[in-house]
Amino acid sequence: MLAQQLVNALSLGCVYALFALGFTLIFGVLGVINLSHGAVFMVGAYAAEQAVSHLGLPLWGALIVAFAFSGVLGLVIDLLVLRPLRARNAPHLIPMIATIGVGIILTNAIQGIFGAQNIRFPEQLVSNRTISVEGIDVTALELGIILLSFMLMALLLLALKKTQLGRALRAIAESPRAAYLLGINVEGLFYLTSFVAAGLGGIAGVLIGLYSNALFPLMGKSMLEKGIAVIILGGMGDMRGALIGGLFLGLAEVLSVAYVGSSMRDAVAFGLLFLILLIRPRGLFGTLMERKV
Amino acid sequence: MTVAWFGTFWDVYSNLVLSVGTNALLALSIWLTLACGMLSIANAAFMAIGAYASALLTLNFGWPFPVALAAGMAAPALMAFLIGRPTLRLSGVYLAMATLAFGEVVRIVLLNTDRVTGGALGLNGIPQLTRWWHVALALAVTLAVLWRMRRSRIGRAFEAIKEDETAAGLMGIDVAGYKMLAFVLGAAIAGLAGALNAHLTFFIGPGEYGFDRAVEILTMAILGGIGSLTGPVVGAVILTLLPELLRALQNFRLVFNGLILVLIVLFLPRGIWDTERLRRWAGIVRRQA
Amino acid sequence: MGRHRTAAGVSTPLLRLDGLSRHFGGLMVLQDVNLEIPRGGIFGLIGPNGAGKTTVFNLITGLLAPTSGRIEFEHHSLSGCSPHRITRLGIARTFQNIRLFREMSLLENVMVGLHAKLGYRTHDLILATGHFRRDERAARERARELLSWVRLDHKLSDRADNLSYGDQRKLELARALASNPKLLLLDEPVAGMNSGEKDALMSDVRRISERGYTIFMIEHDMRFVMGLCQDIAVLNFGRIIARGAPDAIRVNAEVIEAYLGREDDDAAPDGAPGAAA
Repeated sequence: MLAQQLVNALSLGCVYALFALGFTLIFGVLGVINLSHGAVFMVGAYAAEQAVSHLGLPLWGALIVAFAFSGVLGLVIDLLVLRPLRARNAPHLIPMIATIGVGIILTNAIQGIFGAQNIRFPEQLVSNRTISVEGIDVTALELGIILLSFMLMALLLLALKKTQLGRALRAIAESPRAAYLLGINVEGLFYLTSFVAAGLGGIAGVLIGLYSNALFPLMGKSMLEKGIAVIILGGMGDMRGALIGGLFLGLAEVLSVAYVGSSMRDAVAFGLLFLILLIRPRGLFGTLMERKV
Repeated sequence: MTVAWFGTFWDVYSNLVLSVGTNALLALSIWLTLACGMLSIANAAFMAIGAYASALLTLNFGWPFPVALAAGMAAPALMAFLIGRPTLRLSGVYLAMATLAFGEVVRIVLLNTDRVTGGALGLNGIPQLTRWWHVALALAVTLAVLWRMRRSRIGRAFEAIKEDETAAGLMGIDVAGYKMLAFVLGAAIAGLAGALNAHLTFFIGPGEYGFDRAVEILTMAILGGIGSLTGPVVGAVILTLLPELLRALQNFRLVFNGLILVLIVLFLPRGIWDTERLRRWAGIVRRQA
Repeated sequence: MGRHRTAAGVSTPLLRLDGLSRHFGGLMVLQDVNLEIPRGGIFGLIGPNGAGKTTVFNLITGLLAPTSGRIEFEHHSLSGCSPHRITRLGIARTFQNIRLFREMSLLENVMVGLHAKLGYRTHDLILATGHFRRDERAARERARELLSWVRLDHKLSDRADNLSYGDQRKLELARALASNPKLLLLDEPVAGMNSGEKDALMSDVRRISERGYTIFMIEHDMRFVMGLCQDIAVLNFGRIIARGAPDAIRVNAEVIEAYLGREDDDAAPDGAPGAAA
């Protein structure tokens, strides 16, 4: 029974981690809490759904559409909103407030176009086969989510650790000014970060849409709240922290639903979050990446 | 004739006008923390605490309205005092996140303590005790007190803390104390707005006090500008009336709220009521005249 | 509003640093610093870049806690005191990298410095009682007077960030004086000034000292330090290596070694051209 819960927690936690990874990447590199990340995640899911129902794309096609659409959206947000604020050297809370506005625009635009009701991906998009190992049932979807998430996260972490690009990004996270003086194309990497982070959010949107079998305009809001919880758990700007924090939150939620009751699920997450902020603002697992001003 | 016209107008729009008043109080409540350089997003939660505390007193115990209002201010102020010590040590985005999480905790607690708060159904049948002059008086007193504060050592201390916390401390300013003052006083004002609003609307529920409300309060203050006390009030007036004007847009109405927030941040960083710009304009006009 | 000192106060030190050390991680920035600063006069602390001079000020003003050692001010131990308490005990400072309230006017900047001097209570200010108005008026007058000490009283309502670099340093000085400190700490008061401004500030500082304020300054400009201070300590690699009158310091072998033995932009303490940081 517990093992079964752990599998559920793992797949849910993977989606949280995937979402939070983009969220924390933006904070780490751009120094911005991007509160439109939830809306971008939601828009990615809707874009994929449209691509599936109108163009008849298969699942992998839907995932690519979600990545591309959300990615471009993230890039546009960066170009139109974040870049001018960077140019003006606005204090870091200002871009955060601006992204709240972006989130409101996107959420309500989608609600205006598609309505507030739930929509669904067609059933045949994912095989409904179930694999049984020693009494633990794993659906194809859960297995797919876990594999895809781990693959993407491993790819991103490796890229950050091993490549020239990754080193440049870490230099920017340390100090954008110093990175600029070293000849790193800081602006270009800001765009790339915004694109990739938003794209990952879009993929997470499709996965959660399949997992909970529902898309709705406000899905980004609850995800954003979880994303905030995750990156605070893991330490803001910390990639591995986002991974661990995501899995931890998935576990905490599944277990609290199983043993406390579903109504207090969010209370557990937020109560935990609030306490952690008071006791250990640097996160449970992470170290704080603080910029030298 | 005029009176009859006003009577009709008041019947239709009294709630809207009074909402302008309570929203102005809310905008002023967040102005206090912003004036100290703190982005605290807990004001919707303090509003909720004020609303529930006062409504429970009038609804269940039949307490007189003024006492209920006082309780509606005291309860969130006490809560702010309790969470203030650990919370206000945080700064920047950490403070924003902590207060956001606190807001969610309050909302979820309201949602899950059905026996007291009615849970998701909220509180129904709250006596409609708020009169127009209650709101007007509350707003006038709040404005007067804040106006005085701004022009005293307290206002200078707030501004000094906002500009450079370290330097402010070295001027002999008790930084933690003044931050706490702004936080607690802001909570009390938000609670007052919540209490007045609850006795205006007959019904309150936890959904009204979530993240969206918190953002709305913030938007009012930023839209109007936090450089003066007029700014938040102007912002509250605009943001309360705007949905009425944008009724024709139906589902896309809220898109404009978001758009306003983005445009203001991008193009009018000091808000609509930017005293320096207004002074410049006035100067130009005078020179031309 | 001159200050007068009792003759008895001269014998006991105003400030005493007792075995003061501060480590940052594994780095020992200050090691066993012992220093006594008497009442009255101008005391100088010099030393090559990175010697730990500003750290001494940060420890005295409570921005940093010492790793070990004690700081005593008028027989009060300052350990565990928050910066605002220390200011209220009578220590004020300026900063190497000017920290003004940039969006406030000159007058307001100095009035913030007068914060602790305003005795009115909350009800006074809400009701605008006579007490409140008197205090505020007196504070404005005092602020104007302090600004006149540094010759900035003609720019009262200018915004602080519109001032020239030299004027910003002078404003910071006036703001620090507002708390009427028993000890005034100046962290490189003439950094970035041209020689004309330096000369003018030198006489300003001398006049402030003559009003009875005890001044403790860190400075790179040797002409300025040697010209003003009666008593100088030299810090190198976190240790005090010399202390004495300017003439003695100028010829101290260890001090010359400390300056010449390092390849940084500080010149030797004999005031060679370009000695300013």
